[in-house]
Amino acid sequence: MDLASLPLLSLVVFIPLVAAVILLFVGRAYETLMRTIALVSMLLDLAASAAAYYFFDASSAAMQLTEYHVWVPTWGISYKLGIDGISLFLVLLTGLLGPIVILASWEDIKYRVKEFLISLLALQTGMMGVFVSLDLFLFYVFWEVMLIPMYLLIGVWGNPARKLYAAIKFVLYTVVGSLLMLVAILALYLMAGSASGEYTFDLLKLYDFPVPIYAQLWMFLAFFLAFAIKVPMFPFHTWLPDAHTEAPTVGSVVLAAVLLKMGTYGFIRFAIPLFPNAAIDSTWWIMVLALIGIIYGAWVAMVQVDVKRLVAFSSVSHLGFVMLGMFAFNVRGVEGSILQMINHGLSTGALFLIVGIIYERRHTRLIEDYGGISKVMPIFAVFFMIFTLSSIGLPGLNGFVGEFLILLGTFEVYPWFAVLAATGVIFAAVYMLWMFQRVMFGELTNPKNVGLKDLSYREIVVLAPLVVFVVWIGVYPDTFLKPMEPSVKQFLKQVEVKKAAVLDQENGKKLSALDLAAQSHSRRAVNDR
Amino acid sequence: MTFIELYALLPLICLAATPVAALAAIAVSRDHAVVTLVTLIGLGLSFFGLCAVRPLVPMQITPLVVMDGYTLFFVGLILITTAAVALLSYQYLERREGHPEEYYPLLLFAALGACVVAASNHFASFFVGLETLGVSLYALIAYQRAAPRGIEAGIKYLILAATADAILLFGMALIYAKSGSLEFSETATSLAGDYSGLEMAGLALLVSGIAFKLSLVPFHMWTPDVYEGAPAPITGFISTVSKGAVFALLLRYFGEVPAQDFSSVAFCFSAIALASMLAGNLLALLQDNVKRMLAYSSIAHLGYLLVAFLAQRELAVTAVAYYFVAYFLSILGAFGVVGILSGSEGEAEDIKDYQGLIWRRPWIGAVFVTMLLSLAGIPLTAGFVGKFYVLWAGVDSSLWMLVLVLIGTSVIGLFYYLRLIAAMFGSPEAPREELRGRRAGFEAAAAVLGVLTILVIWLGVYPSPLIELIRRSAALSGF
Repeated sequence: MDLASLPLLSLVVFIPLVAAVILLFVGRAYETLMRTIALVSMLLDLAASAAAYYFFDASSAAMQLTEYHVWVPTWGISYKLGIDGISLFLVLLTGLLGPIVILASWEDIKYRVKEFLISLLALQTGMMGVFVSLDLFLFYVFWEVMLIPMYLLIGVWGNPARKLYAAIKFVLYTVVGSLLMLVAILALYLMAGSASGEYTFDLLKLYDFPVPIYAQLWMFLAFFLAFAIKVPMFPFHTWLPDAHTEAPTVGSVVLAAVLLKMGTYGFIRFAIPLFPNAAIDSTWWIMVLALIGIIYGAWVAMVQVDVKRLVAFSSVSHLGFVMLGMFAFNVRGVEGSILQMINHGLSTGALFLIVGIIYERRHTRLIEDYGGISKVMPIFAVFFMIFTLSSIGLPGLNGFVGEFLILLGTFEVYPWFAVLAATGVIFAAVYMLWMFQRVMFGELTNPKNVGLKDLSYREIVVLAPLVVFVVWIGVYPDTFLKPMEPSVKQFLKQVEVKKAAVLDQENGKKLSALDLAAQSHSRRAVNDR
Repeated sequence: MTFIELYALLPLICLAATPVAALAAIAVSRDHAVVTLVTLIGLGLSFFGLCAVRPLVPMQITPLVVMDGYTLFFVGLILITTAAVALLSYQYLERREGHPEEYYPLLLFAALGACVVAASNHFASFFVGLETLGVSLYALIAYQRAAPRGIEAGIKYLILAATADAILLFGMALIYAKSGSLEFSETATSLAGDYSGLEMAGLALLVSGIAFKLSLVPFHMWTPDVYEGAPAPITGFISTVSKGAVFALLLRYFGEVPAQDFSSVAFCFSAIALASMLAGNLLALLQDNVKRMLAYSSIAHLGYLLVAFLAQRELAVTAVAYYFVAYFLSILGAFGVVGILSGSEGEAEDIKDYQGLIWRRPWIGAVFVTMLLSLAGIPLTAGFVGKFYVLWAGVDSSLWMLVLVLIGTSVIGLFYYLRLIAAMFGSPEAPREELRGRRAGFEAAAAVLGVLTILVIWLGVYPSPLIELIRRSAALSGF
């Protein structure tokens, strides 16, 4: 069979959903069978995304593996998928985490297994869909539909005490932003349609439409809000610690590793290229917010007593870096930003898994309840150490490459911002290492910790692939940067070109307005005579 | 009236004959199933009649009634909804005291009234239709004479609706005094855009009367009590058929008399829309009773519809029509679930009755979740496409204020729908009365719910056919 002729991206998106539908008809008693079906489908999904990587032409900046079907012809809505160097690795990351979360939840979740797996699989479909859609309507559908399984993951399998609060907060925050974005999408659609005569939600066609500056500002603001809440940027981050803390382990993993990336991806795929003038004009503000996020996130992380909350706040800090690099608008910054999305997915996802592993054994997340764990769980300690160091950005591991590129890119444009952001790296070392020390080293003071079992084979299998990529990106990032480069360059060029086009158009309007004024003036002068 | 005109009235004639046939059947023998069957056959014939007269439209039949694409669309919607309500009612009435048979003729009369309202372009036919609908509803709301709340709701609706009708009549009289005609189109030409004094007052009274029927703020006071007191299927009927027909009339009247182009009239409608969206959603937040919550949410939904109504004409008609289909399906499904879960005494209306529903009865729970998500406007449901259409209409006409309030209140709306969904996904508690047992008509009701769910999802995933249908209907009515 010819693999290249398959609709690979559709497979990537819908394999999990098909498995979810199959699970609907499996009896509740066959838990292992259901878990196996879910695992196999996630592995197939991973294989499909790997195949997409295999067929991806790294030297091209164009959208690849595109699929196009008419969906609602009267409204110009199409089912259009495609990936480029920016989305490729996000798809791979999502694919990689699929089987990992199923395996990680194998013994963790014992309550309503069927519905849990269905939610996870549906969520996977939604996330993949967001990363590969090239139609604004399609994108919005995936973006919004994904809320429901995530809501259920937090609201049903979360921490009983505050799960509903956290789940509803998560949904409402997201919906506020996304409905405003929907209005902006509609406004863009109507504006572009009436200008060109072709009403379409096709992203690539809308890229070419120069939006007038006054409209750009409002539309960008709406998109900004939707994505900034998702990222989350300071001051829209308050849903995150609650959602992370109350969610079950794999919920937190998916949330940190993939869901937050949808916000940053949204900026790079939608908000910036569609409204470049507004984006570039607001660079300073966004960078300041990113910077506040970096430092504030780190400071708050430092004083947390709950390990999971600490990791959650470290996410705020790390994603500040991603935003900072993106708005540097140079190749290094943007590449670093995309790489850092992947890095954060790997290391923070892994850290949530780590926290989940000890939580499953001890049922507490408070740092003070631990201490000296490395003595009873040596293998665990090694994994924990690697991910901690990766999160801090130790050279040789993935975090370093991303942060370094971001700081380099930022330094070229705003040196002082780079300097301030660099302090965030130091704070990260402080809170992570301090936490690690209190949990893992020292004396085994708490008698309950004495009998803890070390990692099982399953848990090692869950964590090992992440270690491979953490080291790979750290040692040889070119594998990942190469395929990105053409797309990133294209992205920057596109932003420049479109910005210039919009400015030309505005100047043209002003000129013609001036012309008209001059003409009527001269006419009046003639009449007066 | 020529034969061809009479023929074009076939759907309405069939519908008018059905309750008579049903009453005759009751006279022969009191059999619940037979009456239901007669009702369904009548509705089916009437629907078949719609298809038969389709090539003839548009056609004005006497000055009173117009059969055009728009009429056919709404009449079709009303017929299908009525059939669904009848099927949902069967099992509901089966487990209750008293004679269930007369319920169906009343339901058919109400449907007939609604169809006449949707087809009227004359004040006389409008009023006759409205009264047929209203009087049948008084009886239907209070159908369970043993239940004090039903009686209370019936009386309340009777008194308030009568007042509203009087106001409406007075409004018509004022407009008639000025224009000398009861035909919509002629009132428009004689008014000729000159709105002052008398006709403004007439218009205001007319709008008040209509707003009462649509339960728009500030004429919404009856809604929660009536919704709570009426039998669940009838609540579904009131919030769909009764409101849909009146809204269809609103669109038609203001299509002929474009008074909303005047800033003061547009301002009034905007204010009503804003107040309805805000009050409906905010008050729904406070409810622990599911039926009252849905009542307030229906106030909000009518507010959303007014946003589309205020938009540019062609878009307004199609957006409203699509939204109504989505809203009909979802609200009917929601009240269908309430009806199916209701015991022989009292209804499943407290939010506690829904605790853990999804684990106790997964299929019914899934249906209810789908309906609520559709009402909340989450993608892949018909409700989302409807909301998308309404937002589109609003953005296209630059109604920014209304659009922003729509968004803000939708978020509030999502909150209370999620609250109910959260209860359904919560850990199950023993409900007051577990209704596991099969009862007659359960299959029929379940089948209706299944079809509604499939339609809600299908129209959410693949809206093209319905959009096309609406566009063609609108084209056949000269909008």
